[in-house]
Amino acid sequence: MVERVSVRHADFDLSAEVAALRAGDGGVGAVVAFVGTVREHSGGQEISRMELEHYPGMTEAAIEAMIDAAAQRFEIRAARVVHRVGELLPSEQIVLVAVSSAHRGQAFLACEFLMDYLKTQAPFWKKESTPEGARWVDARSSDDAALERWGLRSGNAA
Amino acid sequence: MKVQIRYFASLREALGPRESLDLPEGSTLGALRDALIDCSPGHAQALARSRAVRCALNQRLCDESVRLEENAEVAFFPPVTGG
Repeated sequence: MVERVSVRHADFDLSAEVAALRAGDGGVGAVVAFVGTVREHSGGQEISRMELEHYPGMTEAAIEAMIDAAAQRFEIRAARVVHRVGELLPSEQIVLVAVSSAHRGQAFLACEFLMDYLKTQAPFWKKESTPEGARWVDARSSDDAALERWGLRSGNAA
Repeated sequence: MKVQIRYFASLREALGPRESLDLPEGSTLGALRDALIDCSPGHAQALARSRAVRCALNQRLCDESVRLEENAEVAFFPPVTGG
């Protein structure tokens, strides 16, 4: 069994992560993976770097609980979340959510559910460096709306 | 009773990473926020009720109605922006 959650500065290799996720499980018929990356522009401004802070301990526990919730809702066989922290540059990978299942439908749903959950309920904070200085990224109410589609109240950006 | 307080992101920049405070037994998390607001003008600004501040008790998201126990770890932080 692969470790389900990794919060770290080091980058990840999508191919290696997907291979590990389905290794030894012949029942897997579908893997869906989402990779989030650092944009070079935000709000019309150039981003030179991004600093990601988190709440060690709570972050991992929160994501583990999200994977448990996904496994209760959807027929998935395994899931893996890698989230990077510390200093990242434009175009670098930030987050991986990968889910395996017997058929694609459940894997697509579970992957999107996990991302919607993570965006609004996992304790990470992004700070962008722009030519005008560094600024904390504002939470988006559209991310709350995305979680609420699953029948879960977010209350993050509120 | 003594509770441990942690701050993250913009609240950490304003107030530092952690502090502790003595509170009456059975206080709620909301009462702790009120007591902190009274600590200094910096606290009053960072934790003002007009601002979106989320909180966690013992590393789980919660609302301000929860009751605190001796040595509870309470965290205050802005809305999360990971992913």
